[in-house]
Amino acid sequence: MNFETIVFYLFAALTVFAALRVITSRNPVHAVLFLVLAFCSMAGIWMLLEAEFLAITLVLVYVGAVMVLFLFVVMMLDINPARLREGFWRWLPFGAVLAGLMVFEMTWVLGPSRISGGKTAIKHAADYSNTKELGRLIYTEYVYPFEIAAVILLVAMVAAIALTSRRRKDAKSQAVPEQIAVRKADRLRLVKMLPEKHAQEKMDNPAEAGR
Amino acid sequence: MIVLSDFLILGAVIFCMGVAGILFKRKNIINMLMAIELMLLAVNTNFVAFSHYRGDPAGQIFVFFILVVAAAEAAIGLAIVVLLFRNRRTIDVADWDELKG
Repeated sequence: MNFETIVFYLFAALTVFAALRVITSRNPVHAVLFLVLAFCSMAGIWMLLEAEFLAITLVLVYVGAVMVLFLFVVMMLDINPARLREGFWRWLPFGAVLAGLMVFEMTWVLGPSRISGGKTAIKHAADYSNTKELGRLIYTEYVYPFEIAAVILLVAMVAAIALTSRRRKDAKSQAVPEQIAVRKADRLRLVKMLPEKHAQEKMDNPAEAGR
Repeated sequence: MIVLSDFLILGAVIFCMGVAGILFKRKNIINMLMAIELMLLAVNTNFVAFSHYRGDPAGQIFVFFILVVAAAEAAIGLAIVVLLFRNRRTIDVADWDELKG
């Protein structure tokens, strides 16, 4: 039992425990925090698989951004945890049996006796840079998918803002088309009226002026 | 010595936990989204394991794109959840039945 095996089983046990707590914990905030633990320990396993860039990306992007977003939303919404527990025990046997059956099937199919390859991993030299290799591939062979990924992120950002933004009712703004389309007749009204008497005449006759 | 199938079995276990989580937490859509994240994590682990044991970095590129799409999905999904909560004051999936599906 070498060091790699110990690290693998340690991180695998942590991940499975955290995942179990994610799907069983009472409080949604605890569930999010256990999901963070699951991501962090899975990043350790990816590090063991020599995928350093992706392991760091998982921690930075997923734990740092997506999970914080989840935490924001969970804390922002006013959720009653007790009411959300309804139906848990009803679905527990069905879900447990289904998940157990799937694990059994997959373990049977993916067991070491059936997958012939993958006994020995390709070990890279100490100066091999995973980030450099991924960067080379992304910017040469996969440059168009990379651009599309950027567009997807932009679309997601626009969609998220458009969905959640509320127009203020008391906001003041210019309506430029209306301003341009306005005509003289809409704003200016010419009124015909009798001419007023001269001021000097009013002073001569105060009784009439005061009336 | 750990072999490829160890990582695949770990991925399978995490994936099945995600599936079970969707069934367990049918009252809370945020927990369902978290279960989906768990399933995506399991799939990504499979990709990384195959990439490592076959010596082909294309699998890691694919994981990169899955991470991008999953981040977009989480952002839009949570925006929809916030919008629905604002209008209906609940995040129970069973209460959102206007479409009579």
